[in-house]
Amino acid sequence: MIGYLWAGMICLAVLTAALGGNIGAVTPSIFAAAEQGVKVAFGLISIMTFWLGMMKLIESSGIIDLIKKLLRPLAQFLFPAIPRDHPAMSAILMNMSANVLGLGSAATPFGIKAMEELQRINPHQDTASNEMCTFLALNTSSLTLLPTTVIALRAAAGSLNPAEIVGTTMIATLCSTAVAVIADRLFRRRRER
Amino acid sequence: MLIKLINIISVWIIPGFITFVLAVALWRRVKVFDVFVEGAREGFQISIRLIPFLVGMLVAIGLFRDAGVMDLLVKTIAPLLGKLNIPVEILPLGIMRPISGSAALAITADILKRDGPDSLLGRLASTMFGSTETTLYILTVYFGTIGIYKTRHALPVGLLADLAGFIASIIICRIVFT
Repeated sequence: MIGYLWAGMICLAVLTAALGGNIGAVTPSIFAAAEQGVKVAFGLISIMTFWLGMMKLIESSGIIDLIKKLLRPLAQFLFPAIPRDHPAMSAILMNMSANVLGLGSAATPFGIKAMEELQRINPHQDTASNEMCTFLALNTSSLTLLPTTVIALRAAAGSLNPAEIVGTTMIATLCSTAVAVIADRLFRRRRER
Repeated sequence: MLIKLINIISVWIIPGFITFVLAVALWRRVKVFDVFVEGAREGFQISIRLIPFLVGMLVAIGLFRDAGVMDLLVKTIAPLLGKLNIPVEILPLGIMRPISGSAALAITADILKRDGPDSLLGRLASTMFGSTETTLYILTVYFGTIGIYKTRHALPVGLLADLAGFIASIIICRIVFT
């Protein structure tokens, strides 16, 4: 699916550039973006390293047990197939907490760790498992409660009340997350039939 | 008042959280530095493993952006939005939000500057930007680390969620801000 989207985007872009007499811009654009990709990965090294270290501390200090206790009902509803004490569950709950609390830079390292743990209990190593799809549904629909980036942007643009969009954003986030969770369940059921 | 509180939270959350974790760990007599280093060790490997996935995806995104595909899509979809009474100016944001976080941020900043942050369009763009994530980036990074290519329904679900956030933002902003 991603493969088709990827190839589709590239072909459509080249075609559009060609028809618009813009074909000369394609090659530099490709190599600029490739360089950007390497930069993004290198930029991840620092935050990955730091937050994976912190993550280990969250586990060994026992804070994770507190998080688990608080979020157990939600976790069991969303991920019934993951054993309660599996490390995948810890990582998933840490990722969700980081998202909700607005620990933006921590969410990705925790999420990546969760995917690695989920891969360990994945019966088909080349295919996404049900749990991975649910986890991705939660993350792509955004769980952030405080949109701090947007608030800062609005303040910089001279808004009289930069935070007035917090309420509308929360409701819209809830809608998108609800749609993601329901759609995920429906897709899964259709496949299992 | 609210904005002040939010500022305080966003400045304090990471320092506060880190101190809390360390305090609890010390209290439980965890060998804090050893444990930290042990966990941190994997960070490099994981990030490097992502390079092929990120390079591939960013090339597609960069081309999509630079070749003017968005203008073409806007031209195609705009008449439909006009019929539904949705402001056409918001469409580029809706198209770019799932694809590129930085492009979506630039579009949002542009709308805030041109129409003002307190206009309906400015509020709508703010709500829309805050309520969804960069679906394509998350899928690339999360599946990339474990080398999964068959992503099943993860992509359609992510895009559906973006569409839902887009529609919900329009409806809610209409109700709340007019």
